[in-house]
Amino acid sequence: MEAEKKHISKRILSRTESLVEVRKFVDGAARKFGFPEEDIANIILAVDEACTNIIKHAYQYAVDQEIEIIIFPSTRSFEIRIYDNGKSFDPSLIRPPELKDHLGHKRRGGLGVYLMKRLMDKVEYNFIPGKRNEVRLVKYRSDVSTVTRR
Amino acid sequence: MTDFKIHHRDGDGVSIIELKGYLDAHTAPDLETAFQKLLNEKKYNVVVNCRDLSYISSAGLGVFMAYVEDIRKNMGDIKLTNMSSKVYNVFDLLGFPLLYEIFKDEQEAVSRFKEIKK
Repeated sequence: MEAEKKHISKRILSRTESLVEVRKFVDGAARKFGFPEEDIANIILAVDEACTNIIKHAYQYAVDQEIEIIIFPSTRSFEIRIYDNGKSFDPSLIRPPELKDHLGHKRRGGLGVYLMKRLMDKVEYNFIPGKRNEVRLVKYRSDVSTVTRR
Repeated sequence: MTDFKIHHRDGDGVSIIELKGYLDAHTAPDLETAFQKLLNEKKYNVVVNCRDLSYISSAGLGVFMAYVEDIRKNMGDIKLTNMSSKVYNVFDLLGFPLLYEIFKDEQEAVSRFKEIKK
């Protein structure tokens, strides 16, 4: 059984200005966990993308709603859970981006979800209708990721 | 406050856009404004120098995709230069090197426009 260390959390308002705080929070935690620079950068970007999607799609740019980010570091993995109370959206309906389709169409949806999947080892969405939405992002320590990934 | 700045200079029929700091969903509209201004001024040969760009998310990448078509329709292009490996990796994950010319150095990109002109 994996020993779970104490989790840390942060609440932000659903506005794009908050993304700076999100990145700082995740940077500090990922650094403390001991990830190499490349993994730290990937995790920060994945969480930024998840929060951006919540601001745009779940809260549709309402600036006074809440997003909660909880990080669970354990011996082998670093898990980030992100919660909102906005409109649920099913990312499985977003097809992988055909970059050429995006050109000139100002159609930008799907890039963030695609990036998150490429940057993290696991991306999961859970919806509790009428209550809250959850995104779970997991990154394994490099020495175990090759075993766990596929 | 998000640290992001755009500096624009013109020379040799090419517009150079220098990006500095963090390009995310908050700052991407600033880049949109800069591209829109270039289109309004009919400046279609654009080099984006990313030397001081510390960070980019998909919101920033989306701006390049939204404007490149209009620029190419007018026989111009957006060429990207001086990326750090961290920023290049994000462009690469989304397949940008297939659709955009990316140069190590700003001068190489400017010269490329001149070659095309000949």
